[in-house]
Amino acid sequence: MRRGTVHALVGENGAGKSTLMKILYGMQKPDEGTISVNGEPAVFHNPGDAIDRGIGMVHQHFMLADYLTVLENVVLGSEKLHGIGDKARQKIREISDAYGLGVRPDVLVEDLGVADRQRVEILKVLYRGARILILDEPTAVLVPQEVDALFDNLRELKAEGLTVIFISHKLGEVLSVADDITVIRRGTTVGSADPKTVTTKQLAELMVGSELPSPETRESTVTEVPMLTVDGLRLTATDPDGVVRAVLDGVSFTIHKGEVLGIAGVEGNGQSELVEAVMGMRVLDTGTVTLDGDDISRTPTRRRREAGIGVVPEDRHRHGLLLEAPLWENRILGHVSEKPNSKGAFLDLKAARADTERIVREYDVRTPGIEVTAASLSGGNQQKLIVGREMSHQPKLLIAAHPTRGVDVGAQAQIWDQIREARREGLAVLLISADLDELIGLSDTLRVMYRGRLVADADPASITPEELGSAMTGAATGHLEHPADSAPEDEAR
Amino acid sequence: MKKFDKERVLLGLAAPLLAIVAAFLVTALVLAATGKEPFSAFGIMFDYGVKSDSQVYIINKATTYYLAGLAVAIGFRMNLFNIGVDGQYRLAAFFAAALGGALTLPGFLQIPLIIITAMIVGAMWAGIAGVLKVTRGVSEVVATIMLNMIATAIIGYLLQPGRLGHLDSAGTKVSTTPLPESARFFDFPTQPDPVWGFLIVAVLAGVAYWFTLSRTRFGFDLRTVGQSGSAAEASGVNVKRMVVTSMLISGAMAGLIGMPTLLNDSYEYSGDFPVGIGFTGIAIALLGRNHPVGIALGALLWGFLERGTGKLEFEGYDKEIVGVIQGVIVLCVVIAYEVVRRYGLKRQQRQVGEKLAAQARNSDNQEVSA
Repeated sequence: MRRGTVHALVGENGAGKSTLMKILYGMQKPDEGTISVNGEPAVFHNPGDAIDRGIGMVHQHFMLADYLTVLENVVLGSEKLHGIGDKARQKIREISDAYGLGVRPDVLVEDLGVADRQRVEILKVLYRGARILILDEPTAVLVPQEVDALFDNLRELKAEGLTVIFISHKLGEVLSVADDITVIRRGTTVGSADPKTVTTKQLAELMVGSELPSPETRESTVTEVPMLTVDGLRLTATDPDGVVRAVLDGVSFTIHKGEVLGIAGVEGNGQSELVEAVMGMRVLDTGTVTLDGDDISRTPTRRRREAGIGVVPEDRHRHGLLLEAPLWENRILGHVSEKPNSKGAFLDLKAARADTERIVREYDVRTPGIEVTAASLSGGNQQKLIVGREMSHQPKLLIAAHPTRGVDVGAQAQIWDQIREARREGLAVLLISADLDELIGLSDTLRVMYRGRLVADADPASITPEELGSAMTGAATGHLEHPADSAPEDEAR
Repeated sequence: MKKFDKERVLLGLAAPLLAIVAAFLVTALVLAATGKEPFSAFGIMFDYGVKSDSQVYIINKATTYYLAGLAVAIGFRMNLFNIGVDGQYRLAAFFAAALGGALTLPGFLQIPLIIITAMIVGAMWAGIAGVLKVTRGVSEVVATIMLNMIATAIIGYLLQPGRLGHLDSAGTKVSTTPLPESARFFDFPTQPDPVWGFLIVAVLAGVAYWFTLSRTRFGFDLRTVGQSGSAAEASGVNVKRMVVTSMLISGAMAGLIGMPTLLNDSYEYSGDFPVGIGFTGIAIALLGRNHPVGIALGALLWGFLERGTGKLEFEGYDKEIVGVIQGVIVLCVVIAYEVVRRYGLKRQQRQVGEKLAAQARNSDNQEVSA
């Protein structure tokens, strides 16, 4: 890795990227091999060692305290460097200006958007004197415009002689920002590539040895029969300050049999609440939810799931799995009252185990067996198990929240195929995703969610990720037409 | 796949063994520090503990402790800490004794009536904490501790002559009216003392506990809540109802704790009815890893330690030493389980990784050779 470059690390999930990063950041110890920093061999026992050697990590999930200011967040844990007062504030301003981060030290983190929080994370690392930055999937939570801004920041950092290690699944982004690319597969380096000459397709082939899958759906299978109708949904929640706010307001839509409805939106604009409302985990203030002609607005979650709602949750560790339970128990989770998991009030362990074996086989879950805990599988394989489980109960409606997040290219293609397949057989899908290509490629209809409302709709056949991105920030509403000329967009930049 | 299972069993046994060995080492140090020779003390405890009258004593004690362990374990499986088992069983035993003393029915009616009364009282008392938790967000730990105190006060108030109490002929002891002969539970006629017949009920309770948790939908839901409340909710479990239900069951089980003593031994509730068994139950549930067989072993160990100390006292040792052993065991157990659990998880993750890598290499080789 050369100084003053952006070095991208790509590979399938479970290929060993995260493990490698953990070793570099001192969170895990290598069995063999050495690490050299600036030519000197280095051994890291804990993240502190790594920080001392000038290595800093920006995690995928931000580690910030909402109710503290940016300044407080930055100095937290390194009060010894520049104190906690004006000197620290001064230093933050200096760093912010030097790299064009635009961070204001006295704002509450709570009030910052995702992109700003990420810049605070980067600043936090720089403040501790890092010369090598590890960014773990930094673009997963950003809209295209924000991604561009982030890349500008990275170029700034690079120009100042810092080194950036960039981990991403999105090959297009990797090509646009990286100077060098290393591809790893099954724990070893399988090649490196020059971003100037390589194409995304070649890169993907290096990663998996197969063609880059495309989320595009070929033929429309949308019917006229409504499967899920949501009408005038309103949901309020009390925030930590005790103020009641509407997290969903006036949300209405219909998904027909064989239709995929995609919801675009920056995370935290009510998508999670919408999923929970449809699943029955939240009590609606007003509005109705109708599934296949039956009003299920007041039906408890279990009955809704029995009635044919399948869920691929947004956070599979929190909502989709029992991490310390074996795979076959995870196969029962969410469908304990259905065949083959139980007969009457009793579990049918034999049938559940046998069916888990089937899911593992048919959905290509890579595992040595069904007695291992879910935690021992890689993210992609966990997801395949969840998708397999939900598809095994012939759902009428599938709620898929970020179905391919953190999933490798191979598994992604599989999951997309399965959704398409089921859609052909009349499945209705509510798709929520931060991956705009996935949304545009899979959906038959697109809606944009902003601050708890559906503010815009678009035709996936003609919309571009950029146009969708601007609606996600609230800049555009109504029906998004493909603009005749791109003048307004230029102005915005 | 069998291999994984065997290792899991080994890991499961490693923790309690490790803990007990560590506890004895620490105790030996404590004994040595007080100027006593530690190993002869262990020798005395062991010799005395395996005598036949000691065996009967231990089994009878363990019957009570086993029920206490189960009551606590039900909460633990749900991630609920029912510290109130203590108050629940005392209140339950008191009311059951009062009712039993007031009635004279045939045994086949009276005994079940007493047992059911105890279970209902225990369940109601625990249920208060459950309802408070789901409606007002009161921690069950705080609520049950307070309920223990209230239970003590209620019993103290009612256990007086003229209320539910009854002064014995010698005029020295206040108790509930003794149960009639017909309400006594059967004994196994062992020598030198009988083994309490309530042992059967304890075994049945253990079987019911195992079957419910591992073989029924309800048990699966309960364990799901214990492992991940959020996943349980998403999977369709009504978590609030589950909290109340499991507190009720835990309390009903707690209601059984006083029954062996009441129906097989004391036949009345008085000031010297055993106290503090709810807390012993916490230690035993921890020791037994909430597993029905583990809890049984923990209960027997506890009984053995108590029996052994009685003897130590006569041999010039301080009887407090057993308190030290017990405390250290619990502490060691908690630490050892966490260490072994983390080690097991990591180890499995690594093994899965290695196996998959091996599989992948094999398939690569095949591709190459093909």
